[in-house]
Amino acid sequence: MTFLTYLINGISLGSVYAIIALGYTMVYGIAKMLNFAHGDVIMIGSYTVFVSVSALGLPMPVGMVLSIVLCTVLGIVVEAVAYRPLRGASSLAVLITAIGVSYLLQNIALLIFGANTTSFTSVVNIKPIVLASSEKIVNGETVVTELTVTGESLVTIISCIVIMIGLTLFVNKTKAGQAMLAVSEDKGAAKLMGINVNATISLTFAIGSALAAVAGMLLCSAYPALTPYTGSMPGIKAFVAAVFGGIGSIPGALIGGILLGIIEILSKAYISSQLADAIVFLVLIVVLVVKPTGILGRKLMEKV
Amino acid sequence: MADTNAVLSVDHLSISFGGLRAVDDLSLSINEGELYGLIGPNGAGKTTAFNLLTGVYKPDEGIIRLCGKDITGKSTIDINRAGIARTFQNIRLFKELSVLDNVKCGLHNRYHYSTFEGILRLPKYRRVEKEMTDEAMRLLKVFDLDSEASCKASQLPYGKQRKLEIARALATNPKLLLLDEPAAGMNPQETKELMETISFIRRDFGLTILLIEHDMKLVSGICERLTVLNFGRVLAEGETKTVLNNPEVITAYLGE
Amino acid sequence: MKNILLKQKENLITYGIVIFAYLILELLIATGSITSLLKGLLVPLCVYVILAISLNLTVGILGQLSLGHAGFMCVGAFSSAFFSKLTVGVINPDWLRFLLALIIGFVFAGIVGFLIGMPVLRLRGDYLAIVTLAFGEIIKNIINVLYIGIDSKGVHFSMKDSLSLNLEETGKVIINGAKGITGTPKNSTFTIGTILILVTLFITLNLIKSRDGRAIMAIRDNEIAAESVGINITKYKLMAFTVSAALAGVGGVLYAHNLNSLMATPKNFGYNMSIMILVFVVLGGIGNIRGSMIAAVILTLLPELLRGLSNFRMLIYSLVLIAMMIINWAPGARIARERFLSRLPFFKKRAELTEGGKENG
Repeated sequence: MTFLTYLINGISLGSVYAIIALGYTMVYGIAKMLNFAHGDVIMIGSYTVFVSVSALGLPMPVGMVLSIVLCTVLGIVVEAVAYRPLRGASSLAVLITAIGVSYLLQNIALLIFGANTTSFTSVVNIKPIVLASSEKIVNGETVVTELTVTGESLVTIISCIVIMIGLTLFVNKTKAGQAMLAVSEDKGAAKLMGINVNATISLTFAIGSALAAVAGMLLCSAYPALTPYTGSMPGIKAFVAAVFGGIGSIPGALIGGILLGIIEILSKAYISSQLADAIVFLVLIVVLVVKPTGILGRKLMEKV
Repeated sequence: MADTNAVLSVDHLSISFGGLRAVDDLSLSINEGELYGLIGPNGAGKTTAFNLLTGVYKPDEGIIRLCGKDITGKSTIDINRAGIARTFQNIRLFKELSVLDNVKCGLHNRYHYSTFEGILRLPKYRRVEKEMTDEAMRLLKVFDLDSEASCKASQLPYGKQRKLEIARALATNPKLLLLDEPAAGMNPQETKELMETISFIRRDFGLTILLIEHDMKLVSGICERLTVLNFGRVLAEGETKTVLNNPEVITAYLGE
Repeated sequence: MKNILLKQKENLITYGIVIFAYLILELLIATGSITSLLKGLLVPLCVYVILAISLNLTVGILGQLSLGHAGFMCVGAFSSAFFSKLTVGVINPDWLRFLLALIIGFVFAGIVGFLIGMPVLRLRGDYLAIVTLAFGEIIKNIINVLYIGIDSKGVHFSMKDSLSLNLEETGKVIINGAKGITGTPKNSTFTIGTILILVTLFITLNLIKSRDGRAIMAIRDNEIAAESVGINITKYKLMAFTVSAALAGVGGVLYAHNLNSLMATPKNFGYNMSIMILVFVVLGGIGNIRGSMIAAVILTLLPELLRGLSNFRMLIYSLVLIAMMIINWAPGARIARERFLSRLPFFKKRAELTEGGKENG
């Protein structure tokens, strides 16, 4: 019973990772860059919800929409200002710039909100649901163990599924989605085919950042302590998830994210909470050493 | 096939990628000192054959012998040590290194000193480095590149980059040199010079050369024998003149 | 030939800069015209310079992206601090013990680098980056749950807590989990730091200019071509990675012996530190050893110089970082800069000289 609870928690956490990983994977696939600042967009999104609901007293749905809009704009602006000038430069230069953007976002939040932890109000208003219960008699007393799933977990898992399906449909069925595929395959050729490469990359950043906003709300609803550094570790883990599943692949992000979440929660529960991160990273290394392009990654061979 | 004079003898070499037989039952034998041409239309499997000979790909079937020794399935490094050096169709120089250092990389396995001798700059380091520089400069002179020894390789004009690649390959002291379209992208003047250089190094270094080429003038000018590949299979082989007059070859490759 | 002599001279200039900076700072200290804050930064500055030089070996010379450099520093720090704490008062004099500590940090970090490098160096680019990041985090996490104590029966290990070490009453805990190692002798000084910078430079620069260094750079420039001339890719990748890790270990030794209590926190040995070192390397010029040293110094001092701006300093730091990256690396900015420089008389001459070199050949 407890195992199942852990498993559900793992899937729930993994769903958040998967949503963040999607942003990573899409941006990587198209712009061929590691957007290290992606995790910090999560934090900005959560603070937006916090400010609009707790400080300005706006209704929750308005705060959520504001957060998504702000993050989308943020994603587009960051891409246009910081990353676009560097297109064609060494990938290392872009990486460092992304790190600079990450520092920038963290420090803006630090200036406004300070380093203290802000308590985040959950965006989900659903009571925990009891899936099953069992009774056991211990020392003459009846002990009830219940398999419950919190509202947050439920919403997170459902959101993740909806986003996955939506995004897959978007990429495969719409013109803009096809343009994204084309740009990720070959920028030059896509341009020659009349695809607006800059607009497509902007769109990718917009979608990725909007997803980050969603992930931020879900993450902070489940783990309500919000600081300017809240996004950075989940960001890294989501990146690990993206690589784990095969970077550039949408189902890969899902699989990678969920597996990562489950491994993390189970290690925390059964092995050591301090070593949970180390175990997550160790699994990543083993996967990459055995299959260097991740679980669903494509193999690219250099032509001699 | 077991020609005692053969520097390179290839028997029934095949490799498939997926369903495609990129090289299908290739056999050839190259004698010592010979200049042998491998021609064929684009996608005929010429470069794949080179990659098989140099261990970049492992063949599905067949045997490759260098001077009678079986080298099938060996690693690129071992094959280079055994005596095969190559150039690449799309030039692969060490771009950020100087012209001199590019050639010295070719000398890597012929001159030795330990890491410690290198870091501590012991006398052996100085002596061996000087020998390497002298040998590299001698090679560069052959290709008329000695005045640019200290330039970055990427700064050389295209034609000279091709020459530098040949110089680097020669530095490994090969028995057999594989040239993958050495004249690609060169103007007629440069091509002519290159032909002379190739003839010269063959004589001077006692080399056997196998070359892939599209430039018919170059092929008919210097190759003694040819093998024509088409769709991975040998279409014709023999004396250059005979092969080039073969009607099948003309239709498959040379066009009207 | 001339070029080789020139490069030799370049190296001497690099050593010269280090010695000159050292003398100036020593002079400032002697005359008391340096704040105690800056004085406290001198040893960390040396640590960062060593780390920047050593990471440049992996990133600039070998051409592989590593985000786990702080992990090797961590290994060097803890292995040497462990040794020093154990041998305080046993091995005399101090300099001998510190020298041994340095060797231990160097060797242990090198061994870990070798062990990690073996399976992962066949990965490429961003995959290698994430795996090295992962290893760095693993090292940090393991150190945080590691308890080692010693008593008359020998050494005791535990991954749980200090009680489960089952030490005798006279035994002492050396590594106390997240609390780390306390009471490491403070042997690091600015002078030692400078000497270690010079040693690191000596090893790195001489390695680059040797047969091995050439092979390493050949792999960076073109792996397939390097293999075709008989260069053993695995061997040289491992060599560069191991030396780089071992030198980071030396930085760790210096770092550990500058503190009373050594803990592995996300701040000092986490991926953020690895990233910071990478920033030094990239900003100083990938493969440019001297540049990465200078970048390390400037970027370490910058937040301190901006201290008056209190909360805004890290904000400014990040803006400067982004701006510098765009100015230095954006293709558009590069062209604009070259155009601008070619108008200035001094640079014009230089530009012509390099151009001429191209054409004469």
